[in-house]
Amino acid sequence: MLTKTQLFSKGFLAVAPHMFSVIPFGIICGAIGIELGFDPVLVYAMSIIIFGGASQIVFLQLLSGGASALIAVTSVGVINSRHLLYGAVLSEYLEKLSFIKKLLISYIVVDQGFAESNKFFMKNKTEQHLHYHLIGSGVTLWIFWQLSTLAGIVLGSFVPEELGLKFAIPLTFIAIVVHDLKKIDHVIVMITCGLSSLLFYDAPFKSYIIISPIIALFVAALVLRLKK
Amino acid sequence: MTWLTIIIAGIITYFTRMTMVALVDRELLGERVREVLAYVPSAVFPAIIFPGIFINDYGTFIEMNDPKIFGAIVAILVGYFSRNVIATILSGLSSYWIIIFLL
Repeated sequence: MLTKTQLFSKGFLAVAPHMFSVIPFGIICGAIGIELGFDPVLVYAMSIIIFGGASQIVFLQLLSGGASALIAVTSVGVINSRHLLYGAVLSEYLEKLSFIKKLLISYIVVDQGFAESNKFFMKNKTEQHLHYHLIGSGVTLWIFWQLSTLAGIVLGSFVPEELGLKFAIPLTFIAIVVHDLKKIDHVIVMITCGLSSLLFYDAPFKSYIIISPIIALFVAALVLRLKK
Repeated sequence: MTWLTIIIAGIITYFTRMTMVALVDRELLGERVREVLAYVPSAVFPAIIFPGIFINDYGTFIEMNDPKIFGAIVAILVGYFSRNVIATILSGLSSYWIIIFLL
């Protein structure tokens, strides 16, 4: 049985390698906000209030492009709706927590933290304080997201765009799913999702980000039925 | 006005994170749904990966000789065999840079 501290450090260590993409992305996110002419305080406050990289950038781009507040808010909601799926997956492991703890821990669940902690949970179902792993991964991502968006706000256009650092984002998620490429059922689900995302890329409010997972999960259900 | 919009966007985002964790439990989901949910990472992350590679900043498809495709293939191979996140990210980025800056 691992102690709370051990679980917390394991969570930290699991997401630490992802900082190679989180930090550049945070810097880009802060720099874009300044470039688009927003108040630095406002750009930074988004990292605390929304705390979701892609949705923060889209939000600022929409507003600066003259879109209405309603469109900006809807887009953020649609982009972040994938967290509903993460929550459904994590609920199994967090069910013993008190309601208040569930409310608090929810705030720090983001893509990489969910992915790495979920991997750990699947292998260590019997651990007693599993949620400390999620706290470790989530708090780490939160702190580095705050620091890197701040750095981006300060550095601004000093970050050369030619470096193409945005490319680190798909790479970090490749690192997360690459081991499942050896399972044919997962490969089918991944390709379904990926092709759907390209097909629906122009759907309104960036909804490809939730449409394609739903299609892929339907395919997953079919695959499961065929396996039996 | 912008502040109010951000706060509403933040509240909605928080609800997407909290709703399922707070309201769903094992019995509600059932065995079959949980089996499907095991595919969530494979069903969600390619929706970030594919557009990140194949669609450029202007929302159009890249050419088939784009260095990002080469970088992604290198990252997949390195990731598959090394099982190392840092090696995956850095190999993908550096192979992408090699093509951009040297060729």
